[in-house]
Amino acid sequence: MTCSSVQVQPYLLEALEEKFTLHKLDTTTEPDKAARFLRTHRDSIRAVVGTAFVGADAELIDQLPNLEIVSSYSVGVDKIDLAKCKEKGIRVTNCPDVSTDDVADLALGLMLAVSRRLCPIDRYVRSGLWSKLDFFSKQFSGKTVGIIGPGNIGMAIAKRAEAFGCPISYFSRSQKPACINYNYCPTVVDLAANCDILVVACALTPDTRHIINRDVIDALGPEGVLVNIGRGPHVDEAELVSALLEGRLGGAGLDVFQDEPNVPEELFKLDNVVLMPHVGSATVEARKAMADLVVGNLEAHFLNKPLLTPVV
Amino acid sequence: MTKPIYSYLQAELEKRFKVLKLWEAQDGSRFLEDHNQIIRAVVSDGGTGLSPELMAALPKLEIVSSFSVGMDKIDLGKCKEKGIRVSNTPDVLTDDVADLAIGLTLAVLRKLPASDRYVRSGMWKKALYCEMLLYFQFSGKSVGIVGLGRIGQAIATRAEGFGCKISYHSRTPKPESSNYTYYPSVVDLAAHSDILVVACALTNETRHIINREVIDALGPRGVLVNIARGATVDEPELVSALVEGRLGGAGLDVFENEPNVPEQLIELDEKVVLAPHAGSGTEETRKGMADLVVGNLVAHFEGKELLTPVV
Repeated sequence: MTCSSVQVQPYLLEALEEKFTLHKLDTTTEPDKAARFLRTHRDSIRAVVGTAFVGADAELIDQLPNLEIVSSYSVGVDKIDLAKCKEKGIRVTNCPDVSTDDVADLALGLMLAVSRRLCPIDRYVRSGLWSKLDFFSKQFSGKTVGIIGPGNIGMAIAKRAEAFGCPISYFSRSQKPACINYNYCPTVVDLAANCDILVVACALTPDTRHIINRDVIDALGPEGVLVNIGRGPHVDEAELVSALLEGRLGGAGLDVFQDEPNVPEELFKLDNVVLMPHVGSATVEARKAMADLVVGNLEAHFLNKPLLTPVV
Repeated sequence: MTKPIYSYLQAELEKRFKVLKLWEAQDGSRFLEDHNQIIRAVVSDGGTGLSPELMAALPKLEIVSSFSVGMDKIDLGKCKEKGIRVSNTPDVLTDDVADLAIGLTLAVLRKLPASDRYVRSGMWKKALYCEMLLYFQFSGKSVGIVGLGRIGQAIATRAEGFGCKISYHSRTPKPESSNYTYYPSVVDLAAHSDILVVACALTNETRHIINREVIDALGPRGVLVNIARGATVDEPELVSALVEGRLGGAGLDVFENEPNVPEQLIELDEKVVLAPHAGSGTEETRKGMADLVVGNLVAHFEGKELLTPVV
């Protein structure tokens, strides 16, 4: 298991320990110890459980000659070298769908929290500053929500936003029949210019890296809000920070960052920003379902049965 | 005007009327005595309303135009008796209050303020997995609504977008809401809900409608959200339930004695999210409310139908 914290997800650890010989590898905080460990055990490792933070890059794969499967405790597989796995016949599984609702819920939570200034007003009340409150917040209902990537998560976000009377616009490489009631925008800049709240909900690929760049941010504008529940690298983070500091962007709700867990500290003094520690799928319910999928995929593999949720 | 409610409102009133500011008077009663022959209207808000003393001090009072939808601080019966018109600001704030109800629910279940603090304090750099905060799913949960009026219905519609099962309590069942489950008892509603939202008006019947029995039925995993009036909840019972873990969490926009908030709630900063009676506090809605307050007064003095009369 390649996690940076061995205190991770007790339910998952217990389930893995019950069925397999589990080695917990801390490759980020104890890299030397991890390297020695890998050299010792390289031949016996047949499976790797990765996470959204640390997966299986080319280097790790090369060190494990008998690796058969990488089972990722996440939806995103951008931390796994998929091409290399395919080349070497290594199977890869992830955890789609079980966390779709939770990620969509967080997207809405961030939209509401930014619009209605939920974090600052909670702080005002706790600091005894209720009567000093001198700002109003912005209405959320009826605002136009723009979605980049109307996949499972994007559509779940649209469904929720519609319940608030929000018109939906979207961008993807081609128009989607399922989005017949939504307004298709052929470019991301178009989408940004035509919405109040822009949500990044697509997968991270070489094409979507920095899909939110300066042009998009400027089009979204001083009243616009960016919500990112995709991946940090979807956004040109330096541009985002300067836009927020200069007031060229109205606000942002961010669950993901370029270099987690490092977050640009200039954002910490802003009240129009909500910052989450990559917890889109971190509910007790989703984590249990994800753990069951990780274990289920591994069991299926070792019992020579069809994988439950294969990526490669 | 009883208090300095909103600068835009005051400016709009001053354009059309002579505005006397009660809060600036050194001696309130003297001030009223001096002006009681010319005061024909009062503009107040939900928290202040029209006190019996103020009503008694204004013999020429014709209309109270309230910057609120809540009427619990105005004696409507007495106004009717004396022929005093009363107007409020319904509908224009329905969406915002419903949005805040859902916002507070998500903020409690997904611990939004606590997580935001976790990042800003540098804790995330020390522990990549935020193990200290337990997050709970909102989608698909059972939402119980006390009071299925305009605001309660708007909350139900939003919660349905998250796949939530909706139940409600009101004085009588609503036939047009047959797809929601009706509970004649609030305790039963609480027992069958993961999240209980108070959305009813404050009346003699609904004072402390959320009592110890209801809170216990909601339980250690249950969440209470109050966007109605503080007095609908037995606040000391709520506080002890939260402190003792008999209630899972709470999202509160209103309190029994605003702006005072019980100290123990201030300390519970993970399972409780607090707001300063901000349900209608958006720029868009406050302006809409102000326009209604002014519009009702203009209609009255022009001898026309009030826009949004209560009495």
